Formats: sequence, structure tokens, C-alpha cells
Amino acid sequence: MKKTMLRKPKGFVDVYVHKAGAEKDRTHYCPGCGHGILHKLIAEAMEDLDIVDDTILISPVGCSVFAYYYFDTGNFQAAHGRAPAVATATSRANPNKVVISYQGDGDLAAIGGNNIVQAANRGENIVVFFVNNAIYGMTGGQMAPTTLEGQVTTTTPYGRNVDTDGYPMRMCEVISQLTAPTYVERVSLHDAPHIRKTRAAVRKALQNAKERKGFQFVEVLSTCPSGWKMDPVKSMEWVKEKMLPLYPLGVYRDKGDEARVITRPVPVMDPAEVWKKLGISAEADVDFPRGDVADEYKKMSIRVAGFGGQGIMVTGQALASVALEYGYNVSWLPSYGPEMRGGTANCSVNIQDGTIGAAEAVKPTMLLAMNRPSLEKFEKTIVPGGTLIYNSTLIDIEPVRKDIKIFPVPITGIADDKLGNIRVQSLVNIGAYAAITGMFKVEDVVKLLPKLFKGKKQSIIDLNAKAVKAGFDYVKENF
Amino acid sequence: MTDAKYPRSEVNLDKCKGCGLCIAACPKKVLVFSPKLNSKGYHYAEYVGSGCVGCGNCFYNCPEPDAITVYLRNYDPEKEV
Repeated sequence: MKKTMLRKPKGFVDVYVHKAGAEKDRTHYCPGCGHGILHKLIAEAMEDLDIVDDTILISPVGCSVFAYYYFDTGNFQAAHGRAPAVATATSRANPNKVVISYQGDGDLAAIGGNNIVQAANRGENIVVFFVNNAIYGMTGGQMAPTTLEGQVTTTTPYGRNVDTDGYPMRMCEVISQLTAPTYVERVSLHDAPHIRKTRAAVRKALQNAKERKGFQFVEVLSTCPSGWKMDPVKSMEWVKEKMLPLYPLGVYRDKGDEARVITRPVPVMDPAEVWKKLGISAEADVDFPRGDVADEYKKMSIRVAGFGGQGIMVTGQALASVALEYGYNVSWLPSYGPEMRGGTANCSVNIQDGTIGAAEAVKPTMLLAMNRPSLEKFEKTIVPGGTLIYNSTLIDIEPVRKDIKIFPVPITGIADDKLGNIRVQSLVNIGAYAAITGMFKVEDVVKLLPKLFKGKKQSIIDLNAKAVKAGFDYVKENF
Repeated sequence: MTDAKYPRSEVNLDKCKGCGLCIAACPKKVLVFSPKLNSKGYHYAEYVGSGCVGCGNCFYNCPEPDAITVYLRNYDPEKEV
């Protein structure tokens, strides 16, 4: 339909209700700001293409962070430079929506430089409007990657020196080196004819997006009269004189006609569906009835610590896995160095009926120390009245704490002498834990062993069953 | 018969920030700064009253969504909803 009037486009909300302050009928942009012009072109194109209700706009960090005040679209506000990543997720989860990543040059070319390149390289189904005004406008006019050589900014008071600050980055040229992008064009807002060209580019990018034609990148040379300390009309002239020679306008890539619609897996968002796909029930799956557990052992925060290779992680995982079968909420959090064996290792396990907050056992109710450094390091962290189990085979010092219950158990000795294999220490630990807390029954743990050691030989499972029993019996006989 | 009322550019004076981009972009020079100030303290732009050709330059150059409305040649107030 032919237009009869040019008025505020319907891509904008009527009243900027989310805007702070009393002036909810005008934008926060400075007089003459290029953002306002581009906003208007986008809002008009969205209205004309009838995609306002099907569009999700990602706000960047920068002056245009408040795009969500104005556009009548869905919105996410991304961390600095991460708009393409958020746009990727938004687009993947909503494959039938038009997703716009609106970014400035500091956001896109500096901190978000890798984000934009990777999103472009994947050919994400998003439209990027890249507003290049050669500085960081919002923060007060600092140098951006796009700042011109010799340009004075607050951080380059003598002008940008390419020897120390590098050269202005031409993002259209960078993006158009990649295979995936569908449409890459650089346009400018410096006068009325070029604003019309920008309008055409905006419409083309959004039309392509409406047809799901992959990655659209429109770089818009824009002004920042406040940051440049020029009046708006002079700013437009500055774009023409200074920016155009460095940033040539034109279409850098246009394969819209041959672009194919890519169908990607849609992430499952509904928790019930996730549980179903993982093959587990969302309801607590209690396999074993609980025995009598003393109050002090009903809410466990456990630190298991020792050398790498002593089965520290396996102990923690086994504690959590077994407790899960009794219907407890559990967490397991490993912490270890880069070494596979020989370094120090520890893990935190929480077992309780309530919701678990922090997974790290900063103040454990129980410490299971498998070697001397672990005892020395973590003994002081145990809460008063807590429990210490330590490996008396390897630890040749006495604990110093008097306000805790102490169980010296020769874990390594039991595994080595009685069972002939020091690698079963983990399950000796579980046996000792079961005996002290009363939380687990030995026969229940044994029933679980095939699940814990899935894929292992029956002989290994049998040996570990003996280890649980040996650990349990030692504690029962000695304490 | 030509209705001299349209095309016509109309500035919403209280939303105008006085940047002057519309004035610079107008090919017919029929927009000027008002000697008066609006409620924000800007010399707002105003249409001189005749000479508009309805090109829309002022509308597209204006960064404020709602500061300028251009009624085009085919505008008919009775047909507008």
C-alpha cells in the first residue's frame, strides 16, 4: 500500500513505558544521534514487512543498550560484546523469529570481536546492525578499534597512533572473508540519499531474515556529535570527508538468492522434556528405604581430600550416587590440578534433604583425609562437632582438634593387606562412612556396585563389594 | 484541484531536539529554526508554511521517532483511520 504519510513507525512502542524518568515520549539519544535515524529505519522496515511481533532484538552495551525502551519487539540485553552469542541462542531456540543483534563499534569490534566472527562463520540466522561511529560514545568518546588514524579521542589526545594503537578495523571486509554470511553491506547516514540507501539495506537484511536466509551484516557509518564534540550537521560532513575514504561503502557480499534455509536442531526448553530425553524421572527415584540416621549426619557437607590417584573423586561420586538412591539431594564438586596422578585432589559432596546452596564444602561437617597434607590443610575447616575420618596408614601425625569426632581408619592398609589391591580404597571409604553415619547399608551399596562400575569385570565388582564390607567391619569392630 | 495543504511537513515542537539535520536535508529550504524555544530549551525546527514537496528527507534524517510527520501529496484526512 502506498504511504500517505511518514510518521512514527509502528515498530516503536507508543509510549516508552520502560524508560526511566518522566519523559516517556522521546528518546534518550543526544540531538543529531545516528542511532535515532537507524532506529527509525529499522522500526519502519519491521512495520512494512509485518515482522514486529516476530522479532527479538538483542540490545548491546553502549548508548543503544536502551533499544528496549523503544522497539515493540522481544528483547534481551546482552553483556558487552556478547550480543551475537545471545542472538545465536535466541535464534536457535526460536527458529521462526527474526533476531536482530544491534551493536556499536566498541561492542562489536573490540570486546565482542571474536563473538561476531564466530557467529558470522556459523552463518547464524541473525541480522547484525553494526553502528560504526569511530569511538566509544556512551563512555565519553574513547578510542575504539574503528577510530581513524590521527583521530583525537579522550584516550588518544595526540591522535590515534597506528604504531602503538593499530589500524582502524574494517569489519565488513573481515566478515566478508568468511564463507557463511549471506549479505554484507556498508552504508552511511551522512546525507539524505545515503540514508535512503541505508533504508534499502535495512529492508533487504530484514527481508532476508524473514526468509531465514542466514547471516546478514549491515555496517552503518554513523555520527556521535556529543563524543566528537561537533554540531550534528558538521558531524555528517565529517563522516563524508573522513570516514568514507577509509570505510568504502558498498555491498561486500550478496548471495541472498542462492542462500538455503538451514534447519538446525531446536534446543529442548521444557524441563519435563529434558528429563524425558535423558531417560530419567523428574520425581525422586528412591530405591532404598532409609535406616536410622543420627541427627548430626542428616545434613552432610563432606570434603574428601588426598593425592591424585587415591580414588578421591571416585569416593565423592560414590557417596553422592549412593545417597541419591536413598532420595537425598546431592552435589559433587571436584577440584584438582592439571596432573592426572600425583597432584593433590579434593572434592566436595553435599547430602541433605533440603535444597543445596553452595556446592563447595567450605566448612565441612565431615573431612575424609587420605594423606597428611590434606589433614593439615583441611582439619581446621571442619565445623565444631564435625567428624574426621583419616587414613591412619599414611598419616603419621595426630589431629590437633579436640572439638570433633575422630576416626583413624587404615584405609590404604585395609585395601592393600586385606584385599590385595590398593585401588579399592574408595569403597573402603564408603564402608567406613556407612558404619559411622548409618546412612547407607552395606547390602544396598553392594547392589549399586554394578551401576557404579558399569562396564567393569565382575571380579572388580566383587572385590569392591569386599572393600565396602571391610571398611564397614573395621569401624564397627574398632569404635 | 490541488489542495495546497499537502504535501506538508509538521514538526512536533516539544519532541524536537534542535539538531538541525532536517533543515540541512531539506532540498526546498522550507524548514527553519524557530526563534522560540521549546519546553526542553531548544530552538526547534518549523515549517515555513509552504513549498514542501513531500520528499521525506526531513523525516528520514530526523533521529527522533516522533518529532516530524510528513503528510504526502496523496494524504487525505478523511480517508485516514
